[in-house]
Amino acid sequence: MSCKQTEELIDAYVDGELDLVNSLELERHLRDCQACSHRHASLLALRSAVGGVYQQAPADLKNRITSAVRSSAIRTNQRSDARPLVLPLRWIAFASSIALLVLVTLGAYRLLSGPSRDDMLAREVVASHIRSLMTDHLADVPSSDQHTVKPWFNGKLDFSPPVVDLDDQGFTLVGGRLDYVNDRPVAAIVYQRKKHLVNLFIWPSTDESGHSEKVSKLQGYNAVYWKQYDMDCWAVSDLNPDELRDFVQLLQSTSSQ
Amino acid sequence: MFKRSKNRGSEVELDEDKREQFESSVLPHLSAAYNLARWLTRNDHDAQDVVQESCLRAYKFFGGFRGGDAHFWLLRIVRNTCYTWLQQNRPRELVDSLDDATNIESDAPSPEAEVIKSADRALITRALEELPLEYREILVLREMEGMSYKEISEISDIPLGTVMSRLARARKRLQQALAPRIATETK
Repeated sequence: MSCKQTEELIDAYVDGELDLVNSLELERHLRDCQACSHRHASLLALRSAVGGVYQQAPADLKNRITSAVRSSAIRTNQRSDARPLVLPLRWIAFASSIALLVLVTLGAYRLLSGPSRDDMLAREVVASHIRSLMTDHLADVPSSDQHTVKPWFNGKLDFSPPVVDLDDQGFTLVGGRLDYVNDRPVAAIVYQRKKHLVNLFIWPSTDESGHSEKVSKLQGYNAVYWKQYDMDCWAVSDLNPDELRDFVQLLQSTSSQ
Repeated sequence: MFKRSKNRGSEVELDEDKREQFESSVLPHLSAAYNLARWLTRNDHDAQDVVQESCLRAYKFFGGFRGGDAHFWLLRIVRNTCYTWLQQNRPRELVDSLDDATNIESDAPSPEAEVIKSADRALITRALEELPLEYREILVLREMEGMSYKEISEISDIPLGTVMSRLARARKRLQQALAPRIATETK
């Protein structure tokens, strides 16, 4: 093998990519040729010098990448078709300090105010009200007769809900149905005023302390809570708050049947 | 409604499995990913950004990874992410593409092996950093990551024959860059 051939093949040789026949010939040439042997030694030294300047990753890189992947996993799970948002690392430290501040503030706020059970219930009854309108399942027992609606609940609930006739006052009884709110079966009594429907949710109160009347507005619906005859009562409707209050006051002034 | 929440539950479990597999098979090669990104961007901050973006990409495409060589798989993503990053941030560095056909004058003598061995890390690092992008890339893949010619040809998207000639040129360029530096340092 000539020096020129050796020079062409020596890189493949030191990389272990040269076939056996050529490797053997090249080795024979290296033994005989000092210049090429010198080139070979120089090449090996260069290889190990380059291998020695490996750049070590910062110690915290792995943690940062792991949490970036985890939060991206959560994000893609939430919006499976959305492209994960990629933030430069230096922003993440800033963002996480803000997030921590928000968390601490929220935590303190929640500790001071306590979780609002009433808010959760308001959400639940409004959702129930909406569902009853959407699925065309307003009443299990459609009747404007209180003496038909009230007995219908017998054997279906462990309590007997008050059902009153308010037709003269402009609230027509539409019917009654079973619903499920606050982790229990409840009575839903439906009234109508003009085109507006009112869902009245009733179940025995488990709370000894008397709650005061409370009005919530959610998604354009009004929900009023009060307590009557040891029952928790929620009236939900798209009626304006004043008319809904009228409805509640009518109920409060009427004794149950 | 219940059906939906159930499906969602199993999706979350699948995601959990995927994440665990990803963390155990791909993340062990993070130091290799950083090393490559560091040499291609020549900057610690940029390298970290590129590695993070590469890992998020890798995670996204992890479903298509069928348990081959995770080291190779991740480095290919890092290399491509680096080039995209350079295109967006330092397009000038990509302009001077190599002409692999030109010959580097080979009559320049290669430095003595003992002399190269005596050079300190900072000197080698500087010389390597000043090489053109493609030479840095191929030297890192071969000398630091131990990639075969075939793997390099796939990662760098060049023909196998080009791998050999480019590697030989990269080494010669580095030797030539080192020779005068070592000479001045050892004077």
